[in-house]
Amino acid sequence: MQRARIRWHIAVFLAPAVLVYTTVMIFPLFNTLRLALYSKVDQERVYVGLENFRTLFFDPIWSEQFWNALGNNFWFFVVHMLVQNPIGVALAAILSHPRLRFAALYRSAIFIPTILSFVIVGFAWKLILSPIWGIAPSMLDFVGLKSLFAPWLGKEEYALTTLALISVWQFVGIPMMLIYAALLTIPEEILEAGEVDGITGFSAFWKIKLPLILPSIGIISILTFVGNFNAFDLIYAAQGALAGPDYSTDILGTFMYRTFFGFQLQLGDPHMGSAIAGGMFAIILIGVCIYLFGIQTRMRRYQM
Amino acid sequence: MNKARTNPFNNIAMHGALILYTLIALFPVFVILINSFKTRKAIFREPLALPDADSFSLIGYQTVLKQGDFFLYFQNSLIVTVASLFFVLLFGAMAAFALAEYRFKGNTLMGLYLALGIMIPIRIGTVAILEMMVATGLVNTLWALILVYTAQGLPLAVFILSEFMRQVSDDLKNAARVDGLSEYAIFFRLVLPLVRPAMATVAVFNMIPIWNDLWFPLILAPAEETKTLTLGSQVFIGQFVTDWNAVLSALSMAILPVLVLYVIFSRQLIRGLTSGAVK
Repeated sequence: MQRARIRWHIAVFLAPAVLVYTTVMIFPLFNTLRLALYSKVDQERVYVGLENFRTLFFDPIWSEQFWNALGNNFWFFVVHMLVQNPIGVALAAILSHPRLRFAALYRSAIFIPTILSFVIVGFAWKLILSPIWGIAPSMLDFVGLKSLFAPWLGKEEYALTTLALISVWQFVGIPMMLIYAALLTIPEEILEAGEVDGITGFSAFWKIKLPLILPSIGIISILTFVGNFNAFDLIYAAQGALAGPDYSTDILGTFMYRTFFGFQLQLGDPHMGSAIAGGMFAIILIGVCIYLFGIQTRMRRYQM
Repeated sequence: MNKARTNPFNNIAMHGALILYTLIALFPVFVILINSFKTRKAIFREPLALPDADSFSLIGYQTVLKQGDFFLYFQNSLIVTVASLFFVLLFGAMAAFALAEYRFKGNTLMGLYLALGIMIPIRIGTVAILEMMVATGLVNTLWALILVYTAQGLPLAVFILSEFMRQVSDDLKNAARVDGLSEYAIFFRLVLPLVRPAMATVAVFNMIPIWNDLWFPLILAPAEETKTLTLGSQVFIGQFVTDWNAVLSALSMAILPVLVLYVIFSRQLIRGLTSGAVK
């Protein structure tokens, strides 16, 4: 009897979510990929196949910008992996220490930058690093390192790394929290068994805890990857759509924005913008696939 | 407890490292906040000093309140965030309930379809989203933002909430069915109250990215009357670059509401983050 009639309530429960999700997210996603195959000729939309992608990859003006943005984006990601995630893991390891006092206070304080918007973070650091205001140079002077100061955000060779480090400063809280959570799930018995065998302190971290939290490190890596490859806000807030100086901080997000909307004398081109979005989609998809099939399935999971 | 895990030297080193990092994390926020209450001269002469009777000034805040429409921006941000969270939670919980409670053809497939969006950022589809919003006349309305954020939040909401709903006891629901409650009543009156902690987790997860987003307000709703606080402060600061009092005050006014919300919700947020909701 149950089976014979259509259970309408299931459809009613699912409909709003599926409807909004499909029309505002999935459909535009594929529509964007489709738009990348068109171009505007004499005010009309014509199908051009993969022409836009050929322009993007091989036309000297476009390809130079594209590879520049992609390379910068990779460096942005590398800095996060090398600085943000190790600091996050280290902070989590200290915080998870049993009977550490004020742990909750430290945790909340260190997480504060993560809740601020990119606009605040970008401008705040811009002011602090500004040679006009002089906070950064006078602080370096205080520790006797004034000669190291340079207007980092204004120098081509430092600007991107500086921005990446600012972003690290902002987001260190996320790996910290996730690793902290993972460390808390390690049962006390395992650590005690290690102690009986003489493994304590640092070596307990390297030999026991780290292998057990590897899956969480995998997750923060892929979250970092996806986050970095669609980053935009911080660069835009700090350096503007031109991602100066001389495009040295241009990443895929700002490149797509500039192409899509146009800037200064260049007109916006939604089709080239879509082509760049297609490129971003492919990169993120490859990253996620490498993670899902290459890393996650091979990672050893320990029963705890 | 073993000696090596509690020795005083380690303890000092640990606190030292944490205090150092806490200072690094809070220093920029602190500098911005204290300098927003100073005169222009004091900002430059002694940037690290606290404001005193001599250097205290609210000139920056006066400029901000006169020149920028920060109350409107704040109101827009509030409307967008609250409405988006409402729809994410309502629609997400409904879909999660359907997936967790009923066996039907295509259940797994539907679950996978809705989970796709967890990893793929909605920004990739921006070109087509803008085209759609222009075609439907929603561009430069708060609805455009609410729809986008709802769609963006749903995948993770459905994923987390369905995990929690599987844990609600079947006996309870079957007892309600015997008592003649409809499926809708079971959902709204029985299951929803039981998964409230999970809903709160989803809410705080979504709140920060929605409130702080710059990309979609910039593209979908840049008009003066629909600017969010994030976009509004970005534009304002861009125009007043040389007026340091105004810039610092604008930054502080953007920081304070978030900081207040964080103090209220931080326990919930941290519990959500550490409860292993992201697996």
